[in-house]
Amino acid sequence: MSQRLDVDVAIIGGGLVGSSAALALRGMGLSVALLDKGFCGAQASGVNYGGVRRQGRPRAQLPLSQRAHAVWPRLSSRIGIDGEFTRSGHLKLARGEAAMAALEAYAAIVADHDLGIELIGHNDLRERFPWIDGDVVGASLCAGDGHANPRLVSAGFASAARRAGAHVLENTPVTGATRNGTGFALEAGEGVAIRAGALINSAGAWAGPFAASFGEPVPVSRIYPSMVVTEPLAPIMTVNTGMEGGGIYARQVERGNCVVGGERGLPLPDADFSRPTGDGALAIMNRAAELFPAMRHAQAIRFWTGTEAAMPDSNPVIGPSSTTPGLFHAFGFTGAGFQIAPGVGEVLAELVRDGATSTPIEAFSIGRFADRATMPAAISDRTADGSGAARPPEPEHRGDLS
Amino acid sequence: MSGRAQPLVVGAGPAGIRAAQALVAAGLRPLVVDEAPACGGQIYRQRLVPDGRSAEALYGSEAGKAQALHRDFAALTGHIDYWPQALLWNLRDGEADIAVAGENRRVAYDGLILATGATDRILPIPGWTLPGVFTLGGSQVALKAQGCAIGSRVVFAGTGPLLYLVAWQYMKAGVEVAAVLDAAPFSAKFAMLRGLKLFPAIVLRGMRFVAELKLRGVALHSGVEGLRIEGSREVSGVAWRSGGREHRLACDGVGYGLALRSETQAADLAGCAFRFDQRDRAWLPQRDAAGRTSVPRVYLAGDGAGIFGADAAERAGERAALALCEDRRLPVSLERAARLERELARIDRFRDVLEAAFPFPAHWAGAIAGDTLLCRCEEISAGEARDAIGRYDIVELNRLKAVSRVGMGRCQGRICGGAAAELLATETGQGIEDVGRLRSQAPLKPVPLVLQPAARDRETAA
Repeated sequence: MSQRLDVDVAIIGGGLVGSSAALALRGMGLSVALLDKGFCGAQASGVNYGGVRRQGRPRAQLPLSQRAHAVWPRLSSRIGIDGEFTRSGHLKLARGEAAMAALEAYAAIVADHDLGIELIGHNDLRERFPWIDGDVVGASLCAGDGHANPRLVSAGFASAARRAGAHVLENTPVTGATRNGTGFALEAGEGVAIRAGALINSAGAWAGPFAASFGEPVPVSRIYPSMVVTEPLAPIMTVNTGMEGGGIYARQVERGNCVVGGERGLPLPDADFSRPTGDGALAIMNRAAELFPAMRHAQAIRFWTGTEAAMPDSNPVIGPSSTTPGLFHAFGFTGAGFQIAPGVGEVLAELVRDGATSTPIEAFSIGRFADRATMPAAISDRTADGSGAARPPEPEHRGDLS
Repeated sequence: MSGRAQPLVVGAGPAGIRAAQALVAAGLRPLVVDEAPACGGQIYRQRLVPDGRSAEALYGSEAGKAQALHRDFAALTGHIDYWPQALLWNLRDGEADIAVAGENRRVAYDGLILATGATDRILPIPGWTLPGVFTLGGSQVALKAQGCAIGSRVVFAGTGPLLYLVAWQYMKAGVEVAAVLDAAPFSAKFAMLRGLKLFPAIVLRGMRFVAELKLRGVALHSGVEGLRIEGSREVSGVAWRSGGREHRLACDGVGYGLALRSETQAADLAGCAFRFDQRDRAWLPQRDAAGRTSVPRVYLAGDGAGIFGADAAERAGERAALALCEDRRLPVSLERAARLERELARIDRFRDVLEAAFPFPAHWAGAIAGDTLLCRCEEISAGEARDAIGRYDIVELNRLKAVSRVGMGRCQGRICGGAAAELLATETGQGIEDVGRLRSQAPLKPVPLVLQPAARDRETAA
C-alpha cells in the first residue's frame, strides 16, 4: 500500500489536539495529512475522565482555556455532534480549612479572568448539594464548566477533519520525520511517504522521540489515570465534582452512569497499554461511597485507564520548535488536556498559517526544558519513571483529566 | 512446597473439578473459586433445593458423569480450599482479586487453571429481549436447577446440539413443546453420519431425541430464516420462513441460542495471547494440547478455551493439572497425559462434525433489523450501531464500543460482543477475524461499590 502525499501540513498524532488542528487548518484552506499509529482519539483524548474544566488551572493556561471554552457549546456546528457536552458547573470540594483557604486563594488569583467562580460555605453547600457527604467544609463552584463524552468528542473531531478533506491515515505509525529543504519528509506505515511544508507533533505520550529527533529532547513521562464506572443510576450528581488536593473526581453522565477517578493504573508489558490496579479501583470505589451516599449500593461495572503524557511542571508543551522552522509541538497535557485541546488546535493552525497566535502561549515553550539540569539522565518514551507507578494519587491541578 | 503459593483453579465445572482432583492427587492444595453455590458448572448444575427428582431425571444419559463429578469433588473436602459464590473480578501480576460475601480477597497464586466455561451465543432477532425469551442454556438451567419451565407452551429455536437436547428434556418433563426451529438446512445433519465412527453413542442419542420428539408430534422445522419473536409485553408467538413458506405459531416461552461461546475474559486479564478460531468464529486464548497458554504457569481447560463439551472438559481439566504439576517438577504419569491428549484430539475431530451439522447462521447478522436491540445493557439498536460505524468510519470492534456504547454495559460484551463483531464485519465487508476483539477489563463482572479488603486475604495466600 505505497502512497505519496504532498501536503501543506503533516500532523503526527490524531488525538483531540491533532484532529482539531487538522480541522482548523482545513478551515483555512490548507491541505492536511493527519497520521495516527493506531486509531484517532483512541488514546488519552478518548479515554480520559471527560471533565471540561477551567477551574483549577494555573493562570498561564487560562487564556487558552477561555478560548477553548467558547468552542465547547458550538461543537454541533463544528463537528456535527454535541459530544454530550453539559454545562453542569464544576464544583471543587474542600476537606478542611487549609483546603478551603487554597480555594479562596485560587479564586482571588484568577479573579481577572472572568471564570465566574463562586465560593460556597459549609451550610450553603449542604443545602445546594445535599448528595455530597463526608467531611467537606466548603467548595468553589465554576458554573460555566461542565463535562462531555471524550470517546465521542475525540472521534468526532477526527471524522469532521476527514469530512473536511484532511487525509486521515490511521494505523500508520510515523517511522521517520526529517527536515528536507523548505519542508519535511515523513515515512510512515507501509510505504507511505509524505512531503509537508509544516509539521505538527501532537503525538501525546509518544511525542518525546519526535522532539528528540529534531534536537530538542524533553522530559516526557507517562501517567495512567484510572476510572471506575457504575451501572446507570437515578440522577444524583448535578455538577462535575473534584476535590482540592486530589484523590477523587466524579461526574454522572446523561445515561446515569457515574464516572469516578482519582487513582492511577499501571502499564502492561506492552507499555502502550495499561490497566487499572485492583487497589486503585477499590480505593476509588470506597472514596466514592463515602462522599456520595446515594452510590453506596451501586455496582461498579467497568474500569478503564489510558496512557497520557506528563511533563515535570504539569504544563504542556505548545508552540514552535526551538530548533526547526516549520515544526510545532503540542503535547504533554499531564492529565488536563481535554478541555483546552480544541483551543490548542486553533492556536496551532494560526501558528502554521501566520507564524503567530493571538493567544498567549509563551509559558508552554519547549525552550523551558533547554536547561539540561532539569532533564532526567535518559529520555525514552518507555522509561520506568514514566509509568506513574511510584507516584502518589493524582495531585491537584492535574487530578482531573480535563 | 512450603513458601510457594497454592494453585488457583477458577471454575468448579467438569474441567475445574478434574483439575482440582489431579492437583490433590499430586500432593498440592489448590484454591477453587466458583461463582455458583454448588459445584458442577452449568451442565451438571445442582438443584438449589432438593425436590425429589433423581439424577436420571435431571441429567438424563449423563447422570452417571454428573454424580461422579459431584461425588469426587465432595471427596476433596479438606484437601482443597473451596470458595463457592465467589467472583474472580481481577487478575494482575500473579494476584487475583476475588469478591466473596461483600469483601475483597486478594490471593497470590502459583499456577492458575482457568476453567471458566461458556455461555450461550446469540444473534439478536426481533423480540429477543421480550419477557419469556430465554437462551437455550438458560432454559435448561431453569429446568435443572429451579425445577421450572420457561412457559407452558414453548418453542426452541436456533442451532447447536443443545437445541434438540433441551427440547427433549422439556418434553420429558411434561411441558408442551410447540416446535423446534433449526437454523440449519436439513441436509446439514447428514454430517452426523461422519460422527458415527468417532462417537456412535452420542450420534445415536441425538437421533433418538429427534425421533422421540417427532413421535410425540413436536413440529421440527429446518432451514429456518427470518426468525422473529412476537408479543408486545411478553412472548405471544414466533414467526419464521422455511420450506418457502411463512409460518406462525403461538407460544408463551421461547428458548433461543446459536450454540455456545467461550468465557475468555480472565485469560485476557492474565495476559494470554489470543488467536482467531475459525470453527468457533471467535478469538480464543492460545494453548497447547496440554492446556499451557503463552503465559508461564497459566493453563486453560474446558469450554472457556474453545467449545469442546463436558466430556472434553473433564479430560482437559485433568491434563492442565498434570501440566501444572510437570511445570512444578512433580512426578506425573506421561502415559496418562498422552492418553488424555489422544482422547481430546478425538473429541476435537467430533467437534468438526457437530459444527457442520449445526452451522452458525452468520448471514443473520446482515439481516438484523435496524430497530432490533443489539446491546441490551446499553439499549443500542442495530441501526444505531450501523449509524456509528458510518459516522465515525469504524472498522474495529473496540472503536465501535467507544463511539456507540455497544458492549459497554453490565455484561461487558458477553452477550452482544459476538453479534457486534458479526455486524461490524458485515457492514464493513471485512472478515470476522479482521474486526478485532473487545479488550477485557476488570471488573470481569459487576462488583459492589463498597467492597472492603478482607483481613484474611494474605493469610490464605501463604
